[in-house]
Amino acid sequence: MIRQTPSSNSFDAGAARNRCRRYRRRILDISQQVTALHIAPAFSCTEIVDAIYNGLLVDRPDGSMRDVFLMSKGHGCMIQYVILEERGILSRADLDSYCKPDGRLGAHPDFGVPGIAASTGSLGHGLGIAVGQAYAEKLKKTDSLIYCVLSDGEFQEGSTWEAMLMAGNLGLGNLVAVMDNNDFSGLERMSEGHKAFYPLAEKATAFGWDVAEIDGHNGQQLVDAALGRSGKRPMLVVARTVKGKGVSYMENEPIWHYRSPNADEYKKAMAEIEGGAA
Amino acid sequence: MRNRFAETFYQLGKQDPRLCVIVADISPAGSIAKFREEFPERFVNTGVAEQIMIGMAAGMAQRGLRPFAYTIATFSLYRPFEMVRDDLCYQQLPVTVVGIGGGVTYSTLGATHHAQEDIAIATSVPSLNVIAPCDPDEAEAVTRWCATQDDGPVYLRLGKAGEPNLTAKAMDPWRFGKLRRLREGRDVCIITYGPIAKMAFEVADRFAEAGKSAAVVNVATLKPLDREGLARILQSYAQVVVIEECVPRALAMEVKALAWEVGGKCRIDAFTLQDEFIHCYGSHDDILAAHGLSTKQICAKLGLM
Repeated sequence: MIRQTPSSNSFDAGAARNRCRRYRRRILDISQQVTALHIAPAFSCTEIVDAIYNGLLVDRPDGSMRDVFLMSKGHGCMIQYVILEERGILSRADLDSYCKPDGRLGAHPDFGVPGIAASTGSLGHGLGIAVGQAYAEKLKKTDSLIYCVLSDGEFQEGSTWEAMLMAGNLGLGNLVAVMDNNDFSGLERMSEGHKAFYPLAEKATAFGWDVAEIDGHNGQQLVDAALGRSGKRPMLVVARTVKGKGVSYMENEPIWHYRSPNADEYKKAMAEIEGGAA
Repeated sequence: MRNRFAETFYQLGKQDPRLCVIVADISPAGSIAKFREEFPERFVNTGVAEQIMIGMAAGMAQRGLRPFAYTIATFSLYRPFEMVRDDLCYQQLPVTVVGIGGGVTYSTLGATHHAQEDIAIATSVPSLNVIAPCDPDEAEAVTRWCATQDDGPVYLRLGKAGEPNLTAKAMDPWRFGKLRRLREGRDVCIITYGPIAKMAFEVADRFAEAGKSAAVVNVATLKPLDREGLARILQSYAQVVVIEECVPRALAMEVKALAWEVGGKCRIDAFTLQDEFIHCYGSHDDILAAHGLSTKQICAKLGLM
C-alpha cells in the first residue's frame, strides 16, 4: 500500500488506539518467549512510532520509501519490529526468532535488516547519523524527510548536542527528531537526579531548532506538530511520555526497563491493555 | 603527502558528485581549499566536534554519498572512536577516515597530538581497512582507491606535507591489500610502511656497505594484511627487519606471529615506537629517535656500525 502525502485529517485517532493496543499485546506475547525485552522503553514510545509510521512516513509512487525512520533509542526497537511485522517488512518468523540463534532480530536494531535505518543501541549515535542523512538528502535536492526518535537519556550524551548544533547550523528543515521524554534514564528520574536537564524547549530553540511540546501518547498531536513545522529549521518534538505506559505496575518502575513479565504478570498486563485507556 | 591527497581528491571530486569532505575545524590543505570554493555544499566543517563529523559521514554514506572525514589523526580516530566502530565499521559503510599526522608527526605538540597507537587500534576493529602510504605518489594511488571503492570503511593515515617520493623505482605498483617491493635484495628483507620507509632505505644502504643485499618491502595496507606475501618473505629470507612508526602491537607483532605460524626460521629484528608516552619536543626525527627510531640506532643494534 502506497502512503500518500499525509494530512492531519487522515490520522484516525480511534484506529491508532486500536493499533497501539495490538502492538503492546504483540510485544507482551513475545515477552513470554525471551527473558529480556526492554518492554517499558517500547511502551513509552508506542504512540510516537505508530504516528510516524501510520501518519507521517510517505512512500514514493513506485512503492519505495521516500522518508526515513531512524530509531536512535535502539532499546525501544520492539515497537518498531511489531510495526514492521504488521507492514509485511518483517515476517512472523522473524519476530518468533527474536534474540534466538537462528533469527536476525536482536534487542537492538541492526542495519541491513529490512526496515532498519541504522544500527543503534549505544546511545547518542542516532541523531548524528540522522543529521548526515538529512544533509545528504538536502544535497541531492530530494523531498525526503528524516524522522528520528531519541530517548531523553540520549540528550545527556555530548554527541547528541554536537548533532543538535550541526543540524541548527545546516538549517536541516527535512529533519524531525522526537524526544521520548519519559523522564527516566536507567538509574533515576531526570527531574530528580539531573535537574539542569530541564527546560528542554528553550535549549533546543537556542540551538536553532523549531520546537513543539506534546502529549507523547497522543499520536494526533505528533502528526499535527510535524506537519505544521516551518521546514526552514530542524524540528524537535518533546513528547511527554510515561515509561511502561499501559500496564499499571510497569509505569515509572525502573525494573521494567529490562525485565520480562512472568505468566501471572503477563495475564494482568494483557487484561489491562485490553480494557485500558492506553 | 597531504597536498597530493588534496589534489587527487579535488580532481576526483570534480568528476564524482558523491564525494564530500567533512572536517572538524582544520584548515583545508592545498586543493581541498579549491574544492571548498567550487563545491561549498560538499565541504562541511563541524567545528571542534569530531563525533558529529563521523556520525554525519555515516548518515551521508547511507544515503549514497562518499564522505571523507578529515582531521588530525588523534581526533579522527581516538576522540570519536565509538562512532568509527559502531557507525562506520559495524554498518560497513564506505567512508574514509583520514588521519593527518599519524604516528608522531606533530613532534612539537606533545602526546595529546601523537597518534602513536593508531595502526594498532585501527587494525583491531572488524571490517575497518587500514592504509598508510609512504610517499606522495603512493598517497595519490591510495586516495584514488578510497574514493572509488564501495567495500567499507577505511582509516587512511597520512603524514604531513613535503615528504620525499620513495617509490619511483618500485618493482610493483601500489595495490590494495598487497605488499609492494620497493628495492630488491637477497639476504635481508626490511618491512615498513609510512614515511619512515625513508629510514628503511638508509638501513638497506648500510647493509649493502656491510656486504649484504637488503630488500625494502612496503606494507601500506595494514588491514587486510597481505599474509601470503609476508609468509613468502618469512620463509625465504634469513633475516627480516621491521621498521614502523607505531607502538609494538602493530605490524611488528603481526610479522612475529605470522613467522611462528608459517614456521619461518629467519632472524627478526623489530624497531617500533615504544609502549610509552613521549614527553619531549623537537623535529619529527628527534621524536622518533627518542624511541630508538633513527638510522644510527637501528644500525647499531643490527651490528652495522
